[in-house]
Amino acid sequence: MALDFRQETFRDDFSFRNSPHAISRFPFPFWEDQYMYSINIEPHTAGKPGSVYEFPIDIDEHYLAEMHDRALVLREDPLRCQSLPHMITAEWDLLELLMESLARDYPDHFALSRDGDHWHWRNRPMKIEQKFTFGNVATLPYPPMEYITRQCQGDFCLIDQREGNLWLDAGMVTTQADWSLDFDLGMNFMEWHGPVPIAHEIGVMERALKYLMAIQVGRPVRRLNWTMTINPRLDTSPENYHKWGADRLTVTPANVGEKLHLRVEVQGLWRLPRSNAIVFSIRCYLISMNELVTVKKWGRRLPRVLKSLPEDIVTYKGLTRYRQTAIDWLARYDDGGVTSSGGDPD
Amino acid sequence: MKPLFAGIKSRPLYTGVAIDHAASHHIWAVEGGGVSKLRAILTGDATHLLAASTILVTGDQAAATCEFYHQKQADSCHHMQTVQNLVTRLAVMLSTARMGLRLYVLGSEDFIGQVAATAQRQGIDFDDMRTEQCGSLARLVQCVHCKGMIDHVTTNIVPCPHCGIQLFVRDHYSRRLGAFQGVAVNAEDPSAIPTIEEIYK
Repeated sequence: MALDFRQETFRDDFSFRNSPHAISRFPFPFWEDQYMYSINIEPHTAGKPGSVYEFPIDIDEHYLAEMHDRALVLREDPLRCQSLPHMITAEWDLLELLMESLARDYPDHFALSRDGDHWHWRNRPMKIEQKFTFGNVATLPYPPMEYITRQCQGDFCLIDQREGNLWLDAGMVTTQADWSLDFDLGMNFMEWHGPVPIAHEIGVMERALKYLMAIQVGRPVRRLNWTMTINPRLDTSPENYHKWGADRLTVTPANVGEKLHLRVEVQGLWRLPRSNAIVFSIRCYLISMNELVTVKKWGRRLPRVLKSLPEDIVTYKGLTRYRQTAIDWLARYDDGGVTSSGGDPD
Repeated sequence: MKPLFAGIKSRPLYTGVAIDHAASHHIWAVEGGGVSKLRAILTGDATHLLAASTILVTGDQAAATCEFYHQKQADSCHHMQTVQNLVTRLAVMLSTARMGLRLYVLGSEDFIGQVAATAQRQGIDFDDMRTEQCGSLARLVQCVHCKGMIDHVTTNIVPCPHCGIQLFVRDHYSRRLGAFQGVAVNAEDPSAIPTIEEIYK
């Protein structure tokens, strides 16, 4: 099916909106009426047709606008894309994974032909055609990770595995929920998750690390993460926190439906065949409160979840200033009825 | 209630500078309060060790320290005017170093961080060094906004001398940079004037 790409922005006038179809497939992350930290990892297998899990790499109506926003971020701050020298093989692995996925699952939009190391890539929405030699950096206009991630929705990290640990050694990170690739580059798993509250103490990190190190080629896994963002802003980086931080004071009972967005990350993890590195993809989906309450179950459940959050999670996710305003506004959509288990609409 | 942050997960452990007797050469990078520890461990009668030791020292007692180790016939002792000079010279030494070298770092956390980041670029991992924190708890801080480095930070909040933003010094540490992270302290509400306290003396 051919996608209809929206023209919209994630900054300045914030014209981003979800179509009814995009709302219906939104990966609502709350399986029950309360929230608690867990590993919540599951196999990244094909989901229902039309869902964000139908294909391993999800391309949607926001594709072109997101790629434009990424280009704007990189023009201002090239440090959002960095790779340590030993990660070049993993970069090629990533390029293969993404090109193969896109060409296989979206043949109306992408095509890849391979003749040995001679590859021919076509990205029709972005009007890109490139012949190159796989493994030869000089035949692409950017290094391989940067080249392909300028053409694929989601942030991508490449993680090296050595010394019984995982190391964040490369990444393209322009749509992040307040963490810095430049600062975290080169850190091991425990270090880069250092600021996460509670999880370390209840042993989540140890178990997650063990699990991730055992991921096998061809058996990717995924999990969901979430926070909230004021305005549909993709680039909520610490680098630009002095520019977007004040947005958190602008939420009022009158504008919360429009301004406040649930931000969900579908995080995927793949073992790469040549490098033995792991791809960590962080695909961000945004939905305004106005859009979210069009699904009855979500309007009932979200205020209940927000009420149940422990203070540490509220602080860590930066919800403190507007949580009560959101709960009060959402309360009118909670008629007290029972909600079914799972995140999908009824 | 149990504190949620039981230590800084990303901060390295400084486990001390026990001498590695298997090493064929020893480089000692020493700053400020590290001098007295150096004098305690690398004593004047450790003849073999001295003959295989290169010492780079900076801070108030650097001149006297060099004088002492010259007399005791250390392989070489370099009195460096600043931390930056010391790190520059060390990088060149490490770039031509051979197998069997052991690097010891003694000084403030700020200093250890700068030496460690330099050593890492020369292929020496943190755990291959022997480190001991001595003296000041001052921190090296990277401004997350402009990426400028600020050394010897002793307060919880510091104005970035490069871009002017008031930074809160987070308990989040990058070994690659040898620095803690500084993030705008009142970005959400610029009218909130934070209390500045000296907590990393």
